[in-house]
Amino acid sequence: MEIIGPHRRAPAADVVVLTLPLYRSAPPLEVTLEDFELFALDRLRVLKGISDGLSRGKKPEEMEKLVSELWKANMRHPQASEEVNKDIISHFVLRLVYCRTEDLRKWFLSMETTLFRYRFRLQGHEVQRALMAEFDLSYKAVSNAEFESVKDKLVQVARSMNHQPLPSASDTFFKVPFEEVPELVAGRRVFIHKGHAYVAMNQVVSLVVTQFRSNLSKALILTNRKWTSTIREPEKDRLTPIVEALCTSYLGPDYSQPREFGEITIKEIDQVAKSSFPLCMQHLYEKLKEDHHLKHGGRMQLGLFLKGVGLKLDDALAFWKAEFSQKVGSERFDKEYAYSIRHNYGKEGKRTDYTPYSCQKVISSTPGVGDNHGCPYRHFSEENLRAALGKLGVSYRAVEEVMDKVRNRHYQLACSLTFEAVHGSSCDAGINHPNQYFSDSQKILQSKNNSTG
Amino acid sequence: MTREEVENGRDDMLIDGCEAEQRLGNAVPDGFNVNYLKVYYGKLFPHGDIFKWMSYGNDGKHPACDQSYFGRREFSFTLDNDIYLRFQSFNSVSELENSIKEKCPFKIDIGPVYSVEPAKRNAYTPDKVIPVERELVFDIDITDYDDVRYCCSGADVCLDCWPLMTVAIKVIDTALRDDFGFNHILWVYSGRRGVHCWVCDGKARRLTDEQRAAIADYFRLYKGNENNNKKVSLVGHALHPFLIRSYTEVLRYFFEEKLLCSQKIFSTEERFEKILEMIPDESITSELRGKWQENRRSSISKDDINVVRWEQLKHMLQSKKQKAQGLRMCVEEIVFSYSYPRLDMEVSKRMNHLLKAPFCVHPKTGRVCVPIDPNCCEEFDPTTVPTLSKLLEELNMGGLRADVDNEWDRTSLGKSVRFFRSSFLQPLLKSCKEEMESSYNSKLQQSKNSLSW
Ligand SMILES: [Zn+2]
Repeated sequence: MEIIGPHRRAPAADVVVLTLPLYRSAPPLEVTLEDFELFALDRLRVLKGISDGLSRGKKPEEMEKLVSELWKANMRHPQASEEVNKDIISHFVLRLVYCRTEDLRKWFLSMETTLFRYRFRLQGHEVQRALMAEFDLSYKAVSNAEFESVKDKLVQVARSMNHQPLPSASDTFFKVPFEEVPELVAGRRVFIHKGHAYVAMNQVVSLVVTQFRSNLSKALILTNRKWTSTIREPEKDRLTPIVEALCTSYLGPDYSQPREFGEITIKEIDQVAKSSFPLCMQHLYEKLKEDHHLKHGGRMQLGLFLKGVGLKLDDALAFWKAEFSQKVGSERFDKEYAYSIRHNYGKEGKRTDYTPYSCQKVISSTPGVGDNHGCPYRHFSEENLRAALGKLGVSYRAVEEVMDKVRNRHYQLACSLTFEAVHGSSCDAGINHPNQYFSDSQKILQSKNNSTG
Repeated sequence: MTREEVENGRDDMLIDGCEAEQRLGNAVPDGFNVNYLKVYYGKLFPHGDIFKWMSYGNDGKHPACDQSYFGRREFSFTLDNDIYLRFQSFNSVSELENSIKEKCPFKIDIGPVYSVEPAKRNAYTPDKVIPVERELVFDIDITDYDDVRYCCSGADVCLDCWPLMTVAIKVIDTALRDDFGFNHILWVYSGRRGVHCWVCDGKARRLTDEQRAAIADYFRLYKGNENNNKKVSLVGHALHPFLIRSYTEVLRYFFEEKLLCSQKIFSTEERFEKILEMIPDESITSELRGKWQENRRSSISKDDINVVRWEQLKHMLQSKKQKAQGLRMCVEEIVFSYSYPRLDMEVSKRMNHLLKAPFCVHPKTGRVCVPIDPNCCEEFDPTTVPTLSKLLEELNMGGLRADVDNEWDRTSLGKSVRFFRSSFLQPLLKSCKEEMESSYNSKLQQSKNSLSW
């Protein structure tokens, strides 16, 4: 892809028009600097919309509708070939934008894969099979005789999933090594026998998506190398500033560096926990005080949050030690737990500075036995959630509103409503990050203090 | 004098052959200490078998052998004074054996095979030290069942609750073989409160973290966490074939024939209320409650009260099944809640998780982590697993012998070592060899082909 200066419009390139490109390699297209940025912004709107949809726990059918609408609203072009060009160009620009750190890559990978998934689902069977061939996924279809021998099981699988049509002999099934369809395995959405998964035609999306994801994941690493070695410096007056601005303007801060309120000391934690922690963190904090212990998931979720809030490493070590040593003794703490705290602060292991969990990450976690992490709005039983909200002093009416959001699986909206009820002021931006809840809360409390003091 | 010193003192007296102690013959006092452990590692621990296993055939003469394989495996030792040595690695069986004998670890953990020797990892940049192979492992801990066992809690186990582990072995083992097509599976008693599982097939060792997580999720049913009472929720019109098989072949039998009475699941109000909570229909629960509260006053029936109440519950749900939507799977949900395996997901999902080596001795119980035969796991009795002191006693009984190689053969550890070899190690090494041959031959073929081009 070649980027040319403004005012010189590139002629439409002579490429085969595929409605769903696989983004195998950067296209031989020319693009104006203006379009470079505009296309990328339009695509970002789509990805951001997808991200919001996912964090609200939308069902696949709802996501399909959402993706189709987002695409129509942002990516449509009167000319079909132009639309494909815009699709490809914007994708490759965002690759540059999101290749630069592990977290950015992860976000981009996840959103692009979701986008691809739903666009693929919207295609007809013919196109889908053509795309499978493109990906080199040439699996043999299950023969009639074999189909009959496993039909009972295939019917059971279909019945175990709501809305999956019951299989008949005219349907095509593929026999695929289970390793290649991890998400179908994880959801028990396929019959597996002796290492092979029986994948229905309408499930091949999973195969294709796995392939798409792994290709893109590798490509992002390569793009990153290219960015640091041949683009960033030479383009520092032209592309680099655009690229760098593009990601911060839309993804928001990642709270890995506590900024706004500087440091926080151990003595202050107790007090700010009560006033400004979101429910998920308040719950972990109380459990920790109560049990002097948290399991791995809880330590990560609370530990990184506290880091984002501004707890320095030494204080963090002292804080966790004060609790854990009451249960396991200080020696065992030093031996088994201190490492992972230093790790969170990038002082051990790969030395990456870990970022606090976003709401999306907290919501999608899967707490198990003995675990206290996760999102209370999603993972608590109704009874426990009501009790927890009551303890926060949320009024009966507000609790009902929160529960209503929970029932519709709008967990972040439920959290925003709680924020409003607790602080008595509105929260228009919504809650996307536990650390954002904290900083918004601190802002409100400080302004209240200032006006009364 | 500490307790340990007292025991050591007595131990010495035995060796002296003190007259007064003669009646006790070769008795060795219960317990666990460095001196016992030294004898154990010196005479009984099967160093060679562990080495053979962890080499996966790479210690042979075949040109396809990767001589660096064993040396890239991470071992970690927990020493007497709670010092924790990670990233130990060894280049031969004698290095492994000497290090174990010299350091006398209270616990030996086994980690992944890395890209480089773990002991020399500091000579490389962190991105060069990556786990490349790891058995697929499972860890099931009976403490995770505390809400459904009434005989013991915490680390205690007895023959009334151990069937929960038997169920777990049967369900997981069958699925690993029949569904996923694995063949080389080792089950091990964890020495105290649970079982470990090692899946050692080549394709299991090469699974990515994502694929491991998918398998773990395939097994995951238990959704309860500390803040949600609903432990299992079966949605849809039917169960996945894997769950159907688990239910009809294992769970239903163990629940009705063992756990129902041994755990006295319906015997008190508190206990049956927990079950009634799982039935989403007021009219049914209040009718059952009425019956059972009355029943308490006039218990004349000679049948076990748990059986009677379970039959009443089943009967009532059966007869009202058609009427209420949520009742379709209620009986199954109860059985699953009280018996389905609960895995520690984190252990299985990540390649670099450590797991205790078989044949270690648990410091708290003194019991050896012996293999369990999944084909007759219902006969396994954790309370009769050989203890360190018993083994030393058996050694004493035979007096000193010249052949130091097979000392375990005349102790009750012999059965376990023989089982490990014949049922696990030999078939494993046979297929490693075959795999090596065939991959070598196909490589030869390939290079021949490329030469003739
Ligand atoms: Zn028990």
